Amino acid sequence: MEEPVFVAGTGIISAIGNNVAECLASLQNGKAGMGDMQQLKSVHQQRLPVAEVKLSNEELAGLAGLPKTKSRTALLSLIAAKEALAAAGINNLAALRCGFISANSVGGMDKTENFFTEFLTDNNTGRLRNVVNHECGSVTELVADALGIKDYVTTISTACSSSANSIFFGARLIRNNIVDLVVAGGTDSLTKFTLNGFNTLMIVDEQFCQPFDENRRGLNLGEGAGYVVLVSEKLAATLKNKPEIILSGYCNANDAYHQTASSPDGIGSYLAMSGALKKAGLQPTDIDYINLHGTGTQNNDIAEGTAIKRLFEGQYPKMSSTKTFTGHTLGASGGIEAVFSVLALQHGLIFPNLRLQTPMVDLPFVPVRELVKDAEVKHVLSNSFGFGGNCSSLIFSKV
Amino acid sequence: MYIRATGNISPQKTFGHQPLQEAVAYTGNRLSCIEPDYKAFIDPKQIRRMSRIIRMGVAAAMECLQEAELKQPDAIVTGTAYGCLEDTHSFISKMVEFNEELLTPTAFIQSTHNTIGAQIGLLLQCNNYNNAFVHRGFSFESALLDGMMLLKDNDAANVLVGAIDEITNTSHTILSRLGLYKQGDTSNLNLYSSIPTGIGTKGTIAGEGASFFLLTNQPSGSDYAKLDGLHTFYKPDGIPEIEKQITGFLESQDISINDIDLIITGKNGDAGGDLAYDQLAQSIFADKESIHYKWLCGEYPTASAFALWLAATIIKSGELPPALRGSGSLDKKIGRILIYNHYLGIHHAVSLLSAC
Repeated sequence: MEEPVFVAGTGIISAIGNNVAECLASLQNGKAGMGDMQQLKSVHQQRLPVAEVKLSNEELAGLAGLPKTKSRTALLSLIAAKEALAAAGINNLAALRCGFISANSVGGMDKTENFFTEFLTDNNTGRLRNVVNHECGSVTELVADALGIKDYVTTISTACSSSANSIFFGARLIRNNIVDLVVAGGTDSLTKFTLNGFNTLMIVDEQFCQPFDENRRGLNLGEGAGYVVLVSEKLAATLKNKPEIILSGYCNANDAYHQTASSPDGIGSYLAMSGALKKAGLQPTDIDYINLHGTGTQNNDIAEGTAIKRLFEGQYPKMSSTKTFTGHTLGASGGIEAVFSVLALQHGLIFPNLRLQTPMVDLPFVPVRELVKDAEVKHVLSNSFGFGGNCSSLIFSKV
Repeated sequence: MYIRATGNISPQKTFGHQPLQEAVAYTGNRLSCIEPDYKAFIDPKQIRRMSRIIRMGVAAAMECLQEAELKQPDAIVTGTAYGCLEDTHSFISKMVEFNEELLTPTAFIQSTHNTIGAQIGLLLQCNNYNNAFVHRGFSFESALLDGMMLLKDNDAANVLVGAIDEITNTSHTILSRLGLYKQGDTSNLNLYSSIPTGIGTKGTIAGEGASFFLLTNQPSGSDYAKLDGLHTFYKPDGIPEIEKQITGFLESQDISINDIDLIITGKNGDAGGDLAYDQLAQSIFADKESIHYKWLCGEYPTASAFALWLAATIIKSGELPPALRGSGSLDKKIGRILIYNHYLGIHHAVSLLSAC
């Protein structure tokens, strides 16, 4: 058994709440975050519902303590990362080797879009401050600097699996004794670039999404950020609130089928889930809850479902897609769903898969439709799959 | 761990495993890659669908795997600071021009930062680990560290690690406006020429490249070099901290500066940024043989991958390639190289290579 890596704190901001407590309340009350587009300015405003964080850039900047001119992606990131660090309650941060491992899909694109409107008419125009943080890594550095973390700072971008990968890269940095603590997860704000990109693929639902429903029509895009604070076993032992949850398993595999579509048999998803079980030394029957990738697209849900059928045949754990609450937050989804996985373990809860009406006929199981309380939850599997065939699974366990 | 194979597309004639004979000269502040005939590496039907950066990345990766005679690596890890700029620009300009209507998905699909690693995985039908780092001047070093940890933890026996960044007309215009590049008449051949007078000029020259490496945890008998260690540090607090970080790295490798035969530095001609290299040349690197590499490939966030390629090829042959032999050539075999690079003074990295 490799040295365990503990979860010492969590932080989140999403369409269903500006912090962990608010998100937990929404999950328990079945309150979804989709609605009309309020913050993003797009011609699709009337047609496509989105799951926005319900705060303006000015309000977010106030919470984050950054100028409101910075990318919304950085503002969301800093708010959630600060919450995670505060929850970990570590006093002597300066004496520790700390890392910040973040993820996002399009960096400061929300500002770059504004820059390009002017730049395309004349190459000498467009405010440079709107493009200077375009790079994915630049968004991470704004946050790392505000947190005062500098021992190891990096960014991963593997589309929708980005922040699952950043969380387990962070765990490996701890296991390799490169850092004592990492804040790991991801962030993405809604941008016209992504909304239009997904729209051209014709996988955006004009109604609220219905993952794992026979009549599902596509996904709703969301935004937010989610981070966990991971610490070494040695550091965990010194904390006043001794962490009780570990990241026990993880795996990254590739579907190698198509740039954007999943293979019919979900080979990448299967390999990621089975690899994470192997890493954790667990059997499929040990898993109490699967937080599904469950985007609501035709393609993802049948591929993911088929892979689950193959791996868990006969004894299906409870499962649900919390994207029915938050929408698909892309580079943030692995981080946000990691926080939800930890909440499931801490509170003995299985969150509902909202709006599920007709179960998929080709699958022998049905996700949970109502909140399950007082559940025995010891091991949670969280799936994140993305463009480029990138498939990653994490397992969080109670110790 | 070992560097078994390489593939490198750069502004120099590096593709096809040739030693650098004579440096290719460029006038102006932009060095573009010399692209190979891709047909030997990629199906022509697929070449047409790929944008330039994807073609360069895939071809460099394929050349590397061919040299290693390996069909499927245990892991594919890429680093890119800017990602697929041409596709990103194509989608965003049409989006602005047509006011979010009449868009097609191709450019969007190929704009994601993991596209090159994903395309390599797809062409190889490789279901293994696949990751993409996008952290400015640390993009390549993070990918390299990921690969090194996979080997160390026995999660993989071999790892394909690479870095890819491109210059586009748009990125060059924007980065020029941000003041990154030299203005007026300039050439890569005299990038450092103003330095002896003590009056450097501001800015550097833009570069790009696609460099891939196959790292293994076992020797093959025909490896380029051993990769002994890598250390990165972010926003150091002045020269003394840089010295401390590098000295600490050498100590962690159980060697001293006296054990190093050659230093490769990331000096790029920018007066401000080169201060660090010049001061180290007077302090911890005093009296050491050193060469610079950015006059060959230009400056870009993942340029350090070119330096790793250069170091690996020098160790393999034991001597400097003709293009880098100056007046005072080294008389002894080069068995150990330290690379020190920084990007904009923010991202610093040292790596150590030695003969097998």
